[in-house]
Amino acid sequence: MNITLNHYLAVAAVLFVIGLMGVITRRNLIIIYMSLEMMLQAANLTFVAFSRFNGSMDGQVFVFFVITVAAAEVAVGLALIVALYRLKQTTQVQELTTLKF
Amino acid sequence: MNALFFWIFSAAMIVCALVVVLGRNPVTSAICFAFTIFFMSGLFVMLDAFFLAAVQILVTAGAVMVLFLFIIMLLDLTEAEKVPRQKVWMGLSLLLCLGFLYVVALTLNATPEGAVSIESVPSYAPHPLVMATRIENNPGASKGFLADLGDDTHRIGRLLFGTNATPTANNLYPTTYVAPFEVTSLLILVATIGVIVLCKQDDRPRPSPREQITREAPSKASTPETASTR
Repeated sequence: MNITLNHYLAVAAVLFVIGLMGVITRRNLIIIYMSLEMMLQAANLTFVAFSRFNGSMDGQVFVFFVITVAAAEVAVGLALIVALYRLKQTTQVQELTTLKF
Repeated sequence: MNALFFWIFSAAMIVCALVVVLGRNPVTSAICFAFTIFFMSGLFVMLDAFFLAAVQILVTAGAVMVLFLFIIMLLDLTEAEKVPRQKVWMGLSLLLCLGFLYVVALTLNATPEGAVSIESVPSYAPHPLVMATRIENNPGASKGFLADLGDDTHRIGRLLFGTNATPTANNLYPTTYVAPFEVTSLLILVATIGVIVLCKQDDRPRPSPREQITREAPSKASTPETASTR
């Protein structure tokens, strides 16, 4: 069976959906963050697949940028989590309701 | 052979991703996430993106996951989650995700352009205009030499820093991604400053509630004493 572009896109979509499920169902802020990261990586896989099948390197450059931005985002997000933990002594989202109206 | 590797890598990646989301222990999740990234870079290699596969392992599986593990250990979140899960909520999210997958499947089915086999697509062929000028500039060179623009690392570097981007007839070697690259450096600077600001402790450490009580209790007791001695 030949591997086509659709195979890669389907795998990326499955990965994205697993990340989405993690964001929706999990209660631990760090796990939610990891799931977000996974959704970004699924987008990366789509970029690389399209780049390969269109014969253009631009998609790979975009993935390069996405990886950089994701790394910066992780640093800031984890700093936020640490600051939040200092204040509330928890990372469970059901206990972080300060902004809830 | 390629198909076999594709199935192995994608199955392993999805299993690891499921463990990340469903596992109860944060450390297990973090390690499985690193494995997810590892298998994804396997897929990158199969798509001839060798540089990105290496960067993915170095940056995401190396630096980012170590950061995650470090924070999990630092905050001592290693014990498993004890809150029972809401079954209704999980069912609803599962329904949403399956709906999303269904839409994706419909879309993929409706696009015959996507059903092209990977062997039938040349791996990153040079742009026709670039090829034409190369033939002009190198008369008598072999076709393999003309088609070779260097490996993918080479080409990403050129695309980032100025030559061999998508050419037009007027501008055969346009500069495309230098400005975004510089903006990325600015972003990293801002992120660094942000992290420092967020994590900077006050000069006076904020007393925890228990400390406040113990600090206030003796002072209340001592005020009448000092008053009486005076």
